[in-house]
Amino acid sequence: MAKRIDFQTEPRRYRHWKLKFDGDVAELIMDVDETAGLFEGYQLKLNSYDLGVDIELADAVQRLRFEHPEVKVVVLKSGKDRVFCAGANIRMLAGSTHAHKVNFCKFTNETRNAMEDASAASGQKYLCAVRGTAAGGGYELALATDHILLADDGNSSVALPELPLLAVLPGTGGLTRVTDKRKVRRDLADAFCTVEEGVRGARAVKWRLVDQSVPSSKFEQGVKDAARKLAAGSDRPADAKGIQLAPIERRIDADAVTYSAVKVDIDRSTRRATITLQGPATPPPASVADMHAEGAAFWPLRLARELDDAILHLRLNEGEIGVLIFKTQGEAAQVLAYDAFLDASEGHWLAREVLHYWKRVLKRIDVTSRSLVALVEPGSCFAGTLAEIVVACDRSFMLEGSFPGDNRPPAALTLSRLNFGAYPMSNDLSRLATRFLGEPESLDTAKGEIGKPLDAEACETLGLVTAAFDHIDWDDEVRIFLEERASFSADGLTGMEANLRFAGPETMETKIFGRLTAWQNWIFQRPNAAGTEGALKRYGTGVKANFNPERV
Amino acid sequence: MPETTHVDYSTKIPNNVGLMDDQRVLKALEQWHPGYIDWWMTMGPEGFQTSDVYLRTAVSIDPKGWAKFDYVKMPDYRWGILLAPRHDGRQVNFGAHKGEPAWQEVPGEYRAMLRRLIVVQGDTEPASVEQQRFLGKTAPSLYDMRNLFQVNVEEGRHLWAMVYLLHKYFGKDGREEADELLNRRSGDDDKPRMLGAFNEETPDWLSFFMFTFFTDRDGKMQLESLAQSGFDPLSRTCRFMLTEEAHHMFVGETGVGRAIESTCLAMKAAGIEDPNDIEAVRRLGVIDLPTMQKKANLHFSLSLDLFGSEVSTNAANYYNSGVKGRFQETRIDDDHQLTNAVYPVSKLVDGRIKMVDEPALTAINMRLRDDYVADCSKGVERWNKVIEKAGVNFRLKLPHVAFHRHIGEFQNVKASPDGEVLSDGDWSKRKDQWLPSKADGDFIQSLMAPCWERGKFASWIAPPKVGIDNKGGDFEYVKIHQA
Ligand SMILES: [Fe+2]
Ligand SMILES: [Fe+2]
Repeated sequence: MAKRIDFQTEPRRYRHWKLKFDGDVAELIMDVDETAGLFEGYQLKLNSYDLGVDIELADAVQRLRFEHPEVKVVVLKSGKDRVFCAGANIRMLAGSTHAHKVNFCKFTNETRNAMEDASAASGQKYLCAVRGTAAGGGYELALATDHILLADDGNSSVALPELPLLAVLPGTGGLTRVTDKRKVRRDLADAFCTVEEGVRGARAVKWRLVDQSVPSSKFEQGVKDAARKLAAGSDRPADAKGIQLAPIERRIDADAVTYSAVKVDIDRSTRRATITLQGPATPPPASVADMHAEGAAFWPLRLARELDDAILHLRLNEGEIGVLIFKTQGEAAQVLAYDAFLDASEGHWLAREVLHYWKRVLKRIDVTSRSLVALVEPGSCFAGTLAEIVVACDRSFMLEGSFPGDNRPPAALTLSRLNFGAYPMSNDLSRLATRFLGEPESLDTAKGEIGKPLDAEACETLGLVTAAFDHIDWDDEVRIFLEERASFSADGLTGMEANLRFAGPETMETKIFGRLTAWQNWIFQRPNAAGTEGALKRYGTGVKANFNPERV
Repeated sequence: MPETTHVDYSTKIPNNVGLMDDQRVLKALEQWHPGYIDWWMTMGPEGFQTSDVYLRTAVSIDPKGWAKFDYVKMPDYRWGILLAPRHDGRQVNFGAHKGEPAWQEVPGEYRAMLRRLIVVQGDTEPASVEQQRFLGKTAPSLYDMRNLFQVNVEEGRHLWAMVYLLHKYFGKDGREEADELLNRRSGDDDKPRMLGAFNEETPDWLSFFMFTFFTDRDGKMQLESLAQSGFDPLSRTCRFMLTEEAHHMFVGETGVGRAIESTCLAMKAAGIEDPNDIEAVRRLGVIDLPTMQKKANLHFSLSLDLFGSEVSTNAANYYNSGVKGRFQETRIDDDHQLTNAVYPVSKLVDGRIKMVDEPALTAINMRLRDDYVADCSKGVERWNKVIEKAGVNFRLKLPHVAFHRHIGEFQNVKASPDGEVLSDGDWSKRKDQWLPSKADGDFIQSLMAPCWERGKFASWIAPPKVGIDNKGGDFEYVKIHQA
């Protein structure tokens, strides 16, 4: 797709969502402009969505956390009369490349996870007021909230009609949330997922598909009451003032994207991008009040937003760039000072938001289907939060000593307390705990090294990097690794990396991403769905799909 | 409350489906029946449940049996289950299954689809009874009162027809849906009927006639297309319902026609030449023709909404699956599969109304609506004949399909009855010229005084040419015993 997809937006520019505020309750209203699809060739009827709609949603969810600490409950509802949301737009899906579909689903999943994270981590609860039909992705949106109210008006329903209607599966965690979050009995879930028209009223409550079924005339009041109840359980600060997420600084050139603290350099001939993160130029603020005054300019927040945008840009707009090389520049001591500041200020709402945002950005990196490699060189500042990136990579290489003629001190890596629990992966373990799953003693040893600059040899010994090379071997080793990587099948790499990255326990999140990749993306490719006689291709024509009955 | 605990179904329910030998359906009906009677007593014609009404009852499907006339108290009406005769060798006549034997049982694959269609159709039947329940009190004659009640009991029978299909072919889900048909209420905030037009009020007799002309005609078109269904029991049910539906439209067409006649005769007698001199015409105790036009505009546009979106995936699926066909499907000269055909659809393109070719399969609703509009036009022409014959210079006409719409292509646009796209401002300024205003409603309401004397008719409506069952206009069609 030639058109560049931009993930930056702001409420003033929303085409599909409205935000309304009333004290500690916000309304997030989905009112999709059917003529404003991201691409040509489809209309976003019945509050169906495409990536453009979801980019706005992600922006709203993010802003609600940073700009509105006073909001304890977000009421998600539809601005349309008889429909809540019809899910992802089918014609958009049918017309998209496979890669776009996969990236679209991945992003929409991250957005729904972010809604759940807002509730779990920041006490900003989500309430879903379903009036009209919530089908497919529409119901999945509801599933991402804490509490679902369904109008009992003979029309409103929840449904996951993907299988009967399109021969695919729900792509944003629908099945997993039905069984694992709402704990719907498996046979009822099976019945639910095969009935195109879905389930209404009392039965939806009985099957635990929704929390409440409320008569139409009492619906508004029901939503209000439920919002009050949710608000009572929130620990959001009552009198805090939000910070403004001002537009990020960004310049996009043919082969580079330049932010204030992130630089992406693309080498198309080798299909690599180098992402260089800039450490802080100034020490951390003296107080939380000063941090608040810095707002979006506060270095950890600014860096996180820029890195987030860079990753999304590479995912959607640079599909053939197969390897992401992470580098850093700056003073490790400063990075550690920021870590210490955040760690100490954890009780402050903004510090909390920044830490959880970093958690989400790192998770975004974890599920990015590119080979990730960190190069730890002199002048770098892989410390604390930034060291987390080294551990997030598939491979990491560290230079022993210096390059001839470079009089900077040799590279070092430093761990902080934040590396041991502040940034859990989707498996709910820290990256180090996941890394050392088979050698828990190594985790303890690493913990003992907190705050100490670790040279290449130490890092290799501690298992924090894949390999340490001196300047004689460095260029060749790195080159050979990268060239070898480029020679493998992109699909094979994607699958292998995703398998190896998430050792340890399953969580709802790992299931959602794992099953999306394994099942949904497989089914999306199969002729029964995507073939010329498949259900996805024939949807809307009235002509039935022609299925190959062979079970695989 | 009548006695409902003990019903002898063998005499009570005329049927040609072997009901007495069908234990499953019998059991389901026994459970459903008390709720139905309860519904009829609370939501049926208010104030006339003990009156004797000269009604026709269908006791069998042969020409002698389907119209038995006698005095009946409505709660004792024998609602029956009658299907048109089964034709051996009938086939699915369209869609992907064309040429296969028609289904005598529901194909599992189309169960949900068929159930949905039957429930939507079934929901309209009791809805109109609810909408019309207060009209008896202001009946302009005993003849009209009887016609109202005839329509009401037959809508009740149509509900039975759909409930039979649900009970017979759709198991537990079908029984639940049948119960729900008795739980929804026209115009209720919490339990509304499923389709918009069936939640509107029918506040006066002109509305009733317009409703039976326009909205029952939608019902006719839906029944016609379901009568084509490859699911044979549905087809046979709908074919028999159509014989009754014809009477409902007759009531509507002649009702409006007689109101027109009365207006024209009164104008002539008073020497009023200008049909738009509304004040003068109204002083004669008749309804002026421009107001009739407004009423027609309203009911026509509401009824068009019942056809759904012009371009519809659901309609395409119904057709391709063989469960719902086109109007007079078997008489259409094409391949009856429509996989490569197109059909012109009126659409809003860049703010203008244009015809656009769409795949014929997805344009099934549009096609049915076109057939409907053509059918309506014929009736409107017959009204114009009445006006012409009286020598009044006025013509009624159907508004443009884009006028006053809430569903489909034109739902977000304001258009005049001529199809001119208007700004919101222009629309609000002019809409009272095209749709009945509060004042128009009040005026019509002022004419709605009961006229229950044998052979007498309210000033605003002319007597019929002939009565029912070859009885005269002065026959005592209803013996009123008010409860
Ligand atoms: Fe009917
Ligand atoms: Fe009817």
